[in-house]
Amino acid sequence: MKNTLIDLDDVYFSYEQTAVLENIDLTVKEGEFWALIGPNGSGKSTLINIILGLLKPDSGSVLLFGQDADHFQHRELIGYVSQKSNSFNSGFPATVLEVVRSGLTRKTGLFKSFSKKDDKKAIHALKVVGMEDYAKQNIGELSGGQQQRVFIARALVGDPKLLVMDEPTVGIDQQNVKSFYSMLNKLNREHRIAILLVTHEIDLVTDLATHVACLNRSIHFHGMQADFKKMEDEDISKWYGHPVRRVHQHIEETQS
Amino acid sequence: MINALLTYEFLQNAFLSGIIIGVIAPLLGLFIVVRRLALIADALSHVALAGIAGSLFLSQQFLFFSALNPVYLGIGSAVGGSLLIEKLRGMYKHYEELAIPVILSAGIGLGAIFISLSKGFGSDLIGYLFGSVSAVSRQDLIIVIIIAVIVIAYVRFLYKELFVLSFDSEYSKVSGINARFIQMFFMIITALVIGASMRIVGILLVSSLMTVPVAAAMQIAKSFKGAIIYSIIFGEIAVIIGLFSAFHLDIAPGGTIVVTSILLLLIVLAWKKIRGDRKTVKVGGSLYDD
Repeated sequence: MKNTLIDLDDVYFSYEQTAVLENIDLTVKEGEFWALIGPNGSGKSTLINIILGLLKPDSGSVLLFGQDADHFQHRELIGYVSQKSNSFNSGFPATVLEVVRSGLTRKTGLFKSFSKKDDKKAIHALKVVGMEDYAKQNIGELSGGQQQRVFIARALVGDPKLLVMDEPTVGIDQQNVKSFYSMLNKLNREHRIAILLVTHEIDLVTDLATHVACLNRSIHFHGMQADFKKMEDEDISKWYGHPVRRVHQHIEETQS
Repeated sequence: MINALLTYEFLQNAFLSGIIIGVIAPLLGLFIVVRRLALIADALSHVALAGIAGSLFLSQQFLFFSALNPVYLGIGSAVGGSLLIEKLRGMYKHYEELAIPVILSAGIGLGAIFISLSKGFGSDLIGYLFGSVSAVSRQDLIIVIIIAVIVIAYVRFLYKELFVLSFDSEYSKVSGINARFIQMFFMIITALVIGASMRIVGILLVSSLMTVPVAAAMQIAKSFKGAIIYSIIFGEIAVIIGLFSAFHLDIAPGGTIVVTSILLLLIVLAWKKIRGDRKTVKVGGSLYDD
């Protein structure tokens, strides 16, 4: 029996009396790879912020690893990767190793320093994303795709059970996007890390994800990837509010 | 100079204080610069000016204040100003930066009123504005040492959290770091560093010692630890050369310290430019650089 990592039940949220999310039910279990898709302004980022504890819903319940989100203490179980552009100032004087190690801040505890063991963990996380050769390089000197791999390593260094990603491929060129997604595939299959990925790239992601949720204020589809593939483009267009045509793009599993 | 340093207590006080603030001002300055909060140091130093001017004015009116070191009121008002900035930032969520000019204006306004109301504390005030080699007392030195211990302990014990908060504030919230607590302390610590530094560098130039050595360090450092080390080295060089030249030329050390740190920055920029040009030549004069 798989453990439930995220359990949203009848969640409502509004900004200044404008409904953003209505009647949201979503369950993410161990080892699943969820693609959360939907048009611009559909509430995807708001939903992610609620899951991460940055926003409180108006009503409904949010359980993380079986605990109420308000009282959830084990934040290190959730790794988070945001859009590259929101994330940091590229002139910041920090090495890749320093950035990845900072993912252990909460786990190490207040008033304590990082140890050699923490450095080893950071190097291991960099190996997982294929970036161990860049450990001593300044983070600002890397390409957008490489920086996102470093941020995945920062999210992985604390051994999370769940990775939450909000459009992590924004600003990355198409070739790097494909290798980035194949790396996520590997993390999900080989390391059994559950993934909740917010994206616009329906075609690329539905090939990888085990499950798909289609959001536009409320959830219009919520189920297995195979069932989503059987859906007609017309139905998806109706949920999106504009025409959508899916083009199958196979992502090969490449060595990351 | 060395003989004078060994003979006169006031010189020992000035040099020891200078060496200590040469460490703590750039150390905290690095966090201020990377968080794009450089103007906060300016705002708080002007609030400290209001406190110093107020203390000097009150010392002319009341006997109690004439026995009180004006530095206390200067530090107290800077700490008060730091808390007010935090409060105002919370009230203007979409225009947080507004808090800085509001508090800066309040500091200058109150300072101007106290200076106008008082009768003749010109030389005292000049010492506070631009620093002084001769005015640092043993009591001032003790205040600087106490503040340095607090600042170094703060950075030492909250280094990880300060790094995350500086590098990626969104990530710090998601990872459950108590950013509000650390930020509140950060503002108070900044006010304390300004209070400690103003006797040597002067109220008007404190923020320069917190930012110019950091600007030079960021040109050459690849890592955050490296940036801390370079910032402190540049800060120390500026303070030592600045104090020596101020003593010999009998002028305010604030000016010589800051001008030295600007010269260091120019040297670093020139060195980087020359080094960059050489590397370009090495790859055959093409447009490629390494």
